[in-house]
Amino acid sequence: MVNPVQMLGRSALTFFERLGRAHLFLMDALWGFFSMVMRPRLLVQQLYSVGVLSFLIILISGLFVGMVLGLQGHYILSNFGAEETLGVLVAASLVRELGPVVAALLFSGRAGSALTAEIGLMKATEQLSGMEMMAVDPMRRIITPRLFAGILSMPLLAAIFSMMGILGGYFVGVGLLGVDEGAYWSQMQSKIDFSADIINGVIKSFVFGVVVTWIAVFEGYDSIPTSEGVSRATTRTVVHSAFAILGLDFVLTALMFG
Amino acid sequence: MNQVDDNDILVRVRDLHFQRGTRPIFSGANIDIQRGKITAIMGPSGTGKTTLLKLIGGQLKPTQGAIEFEGENIHQLSRSKLYKLRRKMGMLFQSGALLTDISVFDNVAYPIREHTNLPESLVHHLVLMKLQAVGLRGARHLMPNELSGGMARRVALARGIALDPTMIMYDEPFTGQDPISMGVLVQLIKLINDALGLTSVVVSHDVQETVSIADYIYLVSGGVVIEHGTPEQLNASTSEWVQQFMQGLADGPAHFHYPAETYLDDLQAGVK
Repeated sequence: MVNPVQMLGRSALTFFERLGRAHLFLMDALWGFFSMVMRPRLLVQQLYSVGVLSFLIILISGLFVGMVLGLQGHYILSNFGAEETLGVLVAASLVRELGPVVAALLFSGRAGSALTAEIGLMKATEQLSGMEMMAVDPMRRIITPRLFAGILSMPLLAAIFSMMGILGGYFVGVGLLGVDEGAYWSQMQSKIDFSADIINGVIKSFVFGVVVTWIAVFEGYDSIPTSEGVSRATTRTVVHSAFAILGLDFVLTALMFG
Repeated sequence: MNQVDDNDILVRVRDLHFQRGTRPIFSGANIDIQRGKITAIMGPSGTGKTTLLKLIGGQLKPTQGAIEFEGENIHQLSRSKLYKLRRKMGMLFQSGALLTDISVFDNVAYPIREHTNLPESLVHHLVLMKLQAVGLRGARHLMPNELSGGMARRVALARGIALDPTMIMYDEPFTGQDPISMGVLVQLIKLINDALGLTSVVVSHDVQETVSIADYIYLVSGGVVIEHGTPEQLNASTSEWVQQFMQGLADGPAHFHYPAETYLDDLQAGVK
């Protein structure tokens, strides 16, 4: 029987060994930036499949999240006769927290899982090995463009999510519940600070973009090349991304607003 | 092995040791691949034949020993030099390893487009030439999922020779093929080797087909080379192991049964 302490030690070693491998992998993928610059077409293709194809889910989700915020916000604010500040509540919630966090969660579910499955299947069907033997480096050809596409897409998607949410809040607050239109926009304009709110939100979404795409491409590349291995790697991508997003959000929020 | 001029050796494997975890795969194998010849690496399943190809291609690193390609130690090369060297190698994977989201034409064009700046009209001509060589010019618009196993391997072969490599390695090219596809592949390997002046390494356990085209054969088992020679020399070998393998006998020095306690002891022990 294996001693529980030994088991713990083995798990810890495996974890740190994998973490180290993931960091070396990230460094290698980032280093490929220079060769990617020479072939921007690879990046553009991935911006389409990672970013543009995530557009619809971000658009619709952002709209509904904003509408719910409008409803809940109005319900609470009306108790204090402060319905005019609904725009501030909706915008601040979105650009500071919900935009980056929910968009990143959706992004990991939609694009992250697809990246892991795609790379994992390429590995399982020896396509990556085949590339290596054709003297094509899969890190440069497959991983780097996907990583940078994720990093660039995430802040844009989060911004679109926030914008749609603000519109959703407007439709519910102003359109349905009778909040004054001028107050909705002017309060938002005067209370939302560009650097404290918007830039911090962009920084958050950038960090989430790096982490989620890194997890996704690493899990695919490091997956066991079987159908079960790829399935597990895809699940790990979504679960680990969710933990990373929520954990990092706390840390970043504490640093930015604490 | 017959006396061969050093310059005629394209790949030289010396004292090769390799292990997966704690399981040794190679423990001191020595192999020479001659230029312009078809060299077969044969042996029972699980003896590391595919691993040997990956070691030669620099995809795996030996724990001890050296593999030289044109006199250069593959595993001491930098990453960029290794990738440059691989342009001289083609490899036909057992699965074909075609890129699944692009057509047959684009698969064959892939290495040409990646490594050259040739105009598209020339790429088109080159791809058609390669596909013509494997008899699949008419299938250029098909996607990989529309191909049979044999066709996929022929496309992979066309892709493997796209950059006119010095050497091409075949990983179990005959496995799972119907007799017609198998016959086509056997002929193609021989034809392409002779017509293009290639060096071919065929890893296989299909004795009849491999022996029919190989110039030289290495029999590998238990991590070492058991026997090597021309097909005639191996057929005339007095080694029981060689005869068992070449004639496909169920029992002999390589046992039919996996090592176990005696049958009687096992039955008497009951369910544990």
